[in-house]
Amino acid sequence: MAIENVFGKIKEVDEAMTHINDHTVLMYGGFGGVGTSPLLINEIVKKNVKDLTLIGNDSGFPQIGIGRVICNGQAKKMITTHIGSNPVAGQLMTEGKLEIEFSPQGTLAERVRAGGTGLGGVLINVGLGTVIEKGKETIKVDGKTYLLEKPLRADVGIIYAKAADPFGNLIYDKTARNFNPLVAMASDVTIVHAEEIVPLGELDPEEIITPGVYVDIIVTGEGGKWKWVWEQEN
Amino acid sequence: MGLGARELMAKRAAEEISNGNIVNLGIGIPTLVSDFISSGIHVFLHSENGLLGIGPKPKYGKEDENLINAGGFPCTAVQGASYFDSAESFAIIRSGKLDITILGALEVDEKGNLANWIVPGKRVPGMGGGMDLAENAKKVVIVTTHTNKDGSSKIKKKCSLPLTAKECVSLIITELAVMEVTKEGLVLKELFEGTTVHEVISKTEAGLIVSDTLRMIRYE
Repeated sequence: MAIENVFGKIKEVDEAMTHINDHTVLMYGGFGGVGTSPLLINEIVKKNVKDLTLIGNDSGFPQIGIGRVICNGQAKKMITTHIGSNPVAGQLMTEGKLEIEFSPQGTLAERVRAGGTGLGGVLINVGLGTVIEKGKETIKVDGKTYLLEKPLRADVGIIYAKAADPFGNLIYDKTARNFNPLVAMASDVTIVHAEEIVPLGELDPEEIITPGVYVDIIVTGEGGKWKWVWEQEN
Repeated sequence: MGLGARELMAKRAAEEISNGNIVNLGIGIPTLVSDFISSGIHVFLHSENGLLGIGPKPKYGKEDENLINAGGFPCTAVQGASYFDSAESFAIIRSGKLDITILGALEVDEKGNLANWIVPGKRVPGMGGGMDLAENAKKVVIVTTHTNKDGSSKIKKKCSLPLTAKECVSLIITELAVMEVTKEGLVLKELFEGTTVHEVISKTEAGLIVSDTLRMIRYE
């Protein structure tokens, strides 16, 4: 069955990529590369845009996920929770070429969610009494102390979904969901790489995780696939 | 067959897990704990990347690239498992639904302060979900070698490395002993077979209160 592009959201990758340029603040779904779009990462590396600010769970692996963009020297700043799986990220940080702001994982998720849901911030106890507290306001509510964590938004968010319909309703696959639904909400332009585009009405409304209202552009295609670390070890 | 030191610690840590518990296991020795959870109890293992109900490692060739544990390795999902996004994953932790987390340590001290995410200038991997777990799991159990490679104690009077969370640890399990964090200080409760109170005290920077009911752990 032919897919009708009634909302005009289904686009060629080249057109989607016009939104990602030097200095773009880019948010990405993915956890160790799982749930990061191979296609869009490949295009970002090819376009070789510079001075990106990256916001996402981790720095991937050198040849996997957002790690490819970092290793290509395209990022000037990262807001993330973990860079341990990508030694290049650590090296660039040490050399002063990549600024890293660490955020605890649940805090990062809620900051992105706050950015996506129109909240002015979130109050979280994680990081109290640690370096995370530095420079942040503490607020007492009903006798309990919290850190005020500020919302995060991005110019562009890249999402990897299992399937999209033409409106951009999305479902994900298992643990490839992770930050994707949050990033979809928190980006001015949300670009989805869907493994499959299905006709309107084919996704059960009960199973849709990201409502299409958050999605601006849908692309699909092969390309950029990487080998996982566990595949290389086998 | 004798168990190695890592397995002995993991086996002892598994005894902290009860029927019905929601459990998060950290990377390293804590991951081994799942091999020792009694088959007679039902527990759900939580993975930060959005899975409640981690199952065994898949058979070779049966891996699913989208079904991965927080350590980055293929896993399976047990019956009754659920998938969710990262905000929900940490909502489970922050809201007090996580009964127990078993984590590694760089340093842990008398007050139950934990440092396990950064060695400034040397190793800067980031905290990942460690701060969330340490701060908000109902019970934090640390499994760690008693000393560093140079022989210095990891069980400190006061942590010198940047903290993961303050006063969060309940129990410390090393290859030598089991110590409980109490208001009075660290209580030496159990010794692994072959160790002595003297050895533990000499390898521990923190002060230790020897329990009146000190017991020897004998497996097999």
